[in-house]
Amino acid sequence: MSTKRRKLNELKRHEAGRVCGFASHNDAMVIKLREIGFAEGDEVEVLGRGLIGGTPISVRLNQTVIALRIPEAGLVEVDLTP
Amino acid sequence: MARELRLAMIGAPNTGKTTFFNGLTGGRAKTANYPGVTVERRTGHFRTPHDRAVELIDLPGIYGLAGRTLDERVAVDAITGRIEGEAPPDLLLIFLDATHLRTHLHSVLELKSLGRPAVLVLNMMDLAERDGTKIDIEALEKALGIPVIPSNAARKSGREALIRRIDDILDDALQNPGPGHIHISARELKSLQSEARAIANSVILHETGMNTLTRRLDNIFLHPLLGPIILASILFLMFQAVYSWANIPMDLIDGFFGFLHDQAKQIRPDWLSSLLADGIIAGIGSVLIFLPQILILFAFILLLESSGYMGRAAFLMDELMRRAGLNGRAFIPLLSSFACAVPGIMAARTIESERDRLTTIMVAPLMTCSARLPVYTLVIAAFIPREKVWIFNQQGLVIFTLYLSGILSALIVAFILRKTVTKGETQPLLMELPSYKLPQLWDFVLGLWQRIWIFLRRAGTVIFTAVVALWVLASFPRGENGIRDSFAGMVGRVLEPIFHPIGFNLETVIALVPGMAAREVVVAAMGTVYALQGNEEEIAGSLSQILQNAWTLPSALSFLAWYVFAPQCFATIAMVRRETNSLNWTLFMVGYLFALAYIAAFITYRVALAFTG
Repeated sequence: MSTKRRKLNELKRHEAGRVCGFASHNDAMVIKLREIGFAEGDEVEVLGRGLIGGTPISVRLNQTVIALRIPEAGLVEVDLTP
Repeated sequence: MARELRLAMIGAPNTGKTTFFNGLTGGRAKTANYPGVTVERRTGHFRTPHDRAVELIDLPGIYGLAGRTLDERVAVDAITGRIEGEAPPDLLLIFLDATHLRTHLHSVLELKSLGRPAVLVLNMMDLAERDGTKIDIEALEKALGIPVIPSNAARKSGREALIRRIDDILDDALQNPGPGHIHISARELKSLQSEARAIANSVILHETGMNTLTRRLDNIFLHPLLGPIILASILFLMFQAVYSWANIPMDLIDGFFGFLHDQAKQIRPDWLSSLLADGIIAGIGSVLIFLPQILILFAFILLLESSGYMGRAAFLMDELMRRAGLNGRAFIPLLSSFACAVPGIMAARTIESERDRLTTIMVAPLMTCSARLPVYTLVIAAFIPREKVWIFNQQGLVIFTLYLSGILSALIVAFILRKTVTKGETQPLLMELPSYKLPQLWDFVLGLWQRIWIFLRRAGTVIFTAVVALWVLASFPRGENGIRDSFAGMVGRVLEPIFHPIGFNLETVIALVPGMAAREVVVAAMGTVYALQGNEEEIAGSLSQILQNAWTLPSALSFLAWYVFAPQCFATIAMVRRETNSLNWTLFMVGYLFALAYIAAFITYRVALAFTG
C-alpha cells in the first residue's frame, strides 16, 4: 500500500490524517509546533479556513483545536493513509 | 513560626489555573509586577488542613520550557529560581486539562524534568468524563512518578482532593527539594513526546473524538462568511448595550450627584461651598456617572474571554491584521485596549516578535478606551438627538463610528509603521483555540470587581486631585471676568490661539490641560470650569445642557474627533515608556497622536462649518 504524504496546509476541509514528520529547515518553529502539541502519530483534521486566502487554518489535533497560518502548517507532514 | 511555603501554579493556558486560584484563595489576590518586567505576578494565600501558611503564585500559561515571549520566559524563570531575589517555589502545581491529556502530556514531562517537587493537577475531569473520556489515574501516577490529583476547579468539591493530600505532598516535597536544570532541543522534545504518547496510550482507557459542542460552535463561529458577520454583530451589540442599558442607572447617579450638589450649595462660607459643589462634587460626579457603561463594557470583554470566544475573534481577524502588518494575536491586546490601553499594552508581551510588539503598542492607544466613553457620552448626549434610525439608536451609531475611526486608523498606522520604521518579518501565528466553556460566575464577579475597583480608585485619587487643583487654579485670583482672570484662564489664553482653528473655546482649552492626567478628567474639569463661571440657573442644569448653550455643533464634532486620537493619558504614556524602554518611541507615539488629533479635529471642524453654514 502506498503512503499518501502531504503537507498540513494542502489538506482540504475535513480531510484527516496522522502527523508523520516535520520539515527540517525551520527548527525554531518546529520546537514551537511540538510544544503546542504536534507529534508523530497524532491525528490531525482541517476544521476550517479563513475567508481571505484560506488562512488562518483551524486544525483539530487529537482533541485540541489549533489555529495556524499556511507557512506554519506547511512544516507539518501528514500521512493520509486511512 | 514556620516560614510560609510557596506553591507555583504552572501549565498551558486555559487549564483553569485562575479559577482554581480564586477558589483556593477566596479571590483575594495581590497583583504586582516581577522586578524589571511588567509581567503580572498574582499571589494569594491559604492555609492547609495542618494549618500551614501557603503562598499561591499564579504564573502565565506556558506550553513548555522553550517559551520565547516575555511572559513565558518569566514563568520559566520563576519556577527555576532564576528570578533575582526570589527563591524557587517549594512545590509546582502542574495543571493539565484532562480533555487535552494526549496533546499536552509532554509538557508535564518537560516540567517534571526540571527535577523540582511537583504535583499534577488533572483539571476539568468533569468535562472529560462528560465527553466520555476515561483515565486511569493510578497508572498515570505510576508512569509519571509524581502525585496526580483529579480535579474540577470550578467546584469546591473538585478542589478538595488536592486540599486533602496537600500536607503529605508538602512533607515529601520539603524533604526532597530537587535541583533545577533546563535543556530542550527539538530532538529531546521529540523523545519526550513519544514517551508522553506512550503513557497517554496506556492511561486513557476510553476516549472519544473532540468536544462535539466546540466542533459545532466552531462550524458556526469560524464559518468563513458567517463568522465575521457574527463577530461584527457581537461588537455592535456590545456598543449598543453600553448605550441603551446604562441609561437608567446613569440617570440615578446623575440625580444623586445633583442632590449632593444642591446640598453642598447651602454650606457656608462660600468658598467651601464652591470647592465642595463646583470642584469636588461636579468633578467626581461627572466621571462616576459613567460607571454603568464601563461595567457593561468590561462585562462583555470578560465574558468573551472566559467563554473561549476571544481566541476565535483573533482567528477571524488574523488575515486582516496580517495585511496591516500585525498578528492575529495582537487582536487580544487591542481588544483589551477598548477597556484601557494600559493592560492592553501589557498584554502585547504575549507577542514574540519585537517589531510586532512595538507596532501593537504604538497603535494600542487608538483603540477607544473606556476613559473616552465619558467624553463621548457627554458630547453625544448634548448634541446628537436620541432618535432611532431604522432599528438603531442614533447615539449608538455615532459612538460606533467613533470606535470604527479608531480601529481603521490603527490598521492604517500599523500598516505604515510596518512599511517604514518597524519593517521586517512578521511573527507566525500558532495558538490553541480553547474549548467553549460556560463562564464561571465567581470568576466573572471577581474579574469585574477588580476592574471596577481600579476605576473607582482612580476617581478617588487622580481625578480628585486634578479637580481640586483645577478648582484652585480656576478660582484664583478672582477678577471681573471670572475664570478668564484666574491662573487657569491665563494658561488657557496662551493656548487658545493654537486651538482656535479647530473650534475649541477658552473653557475647553482650560479643561484640556488637567485632562492630560487621564481622558475622563476633561469631563470632570469641564464640570468644574462651567460650574465656576456659570450663573445659578445654568448650574441647575446638567453639564450636557450647559454645553448645548456654550458650544456649536462643529465645535462638538471637532472635540470628538480630537479625542479619537489625542494621547491624553499619563498612565498610558508612562506604560509605553516602560514597555518599549525607549524615550524615542514614547515621544514618537505622543507626537504622532497629537498630530493626528489636530488634523482630524481641524478637518472635522471645517467640514462641519461648511455644512452648517
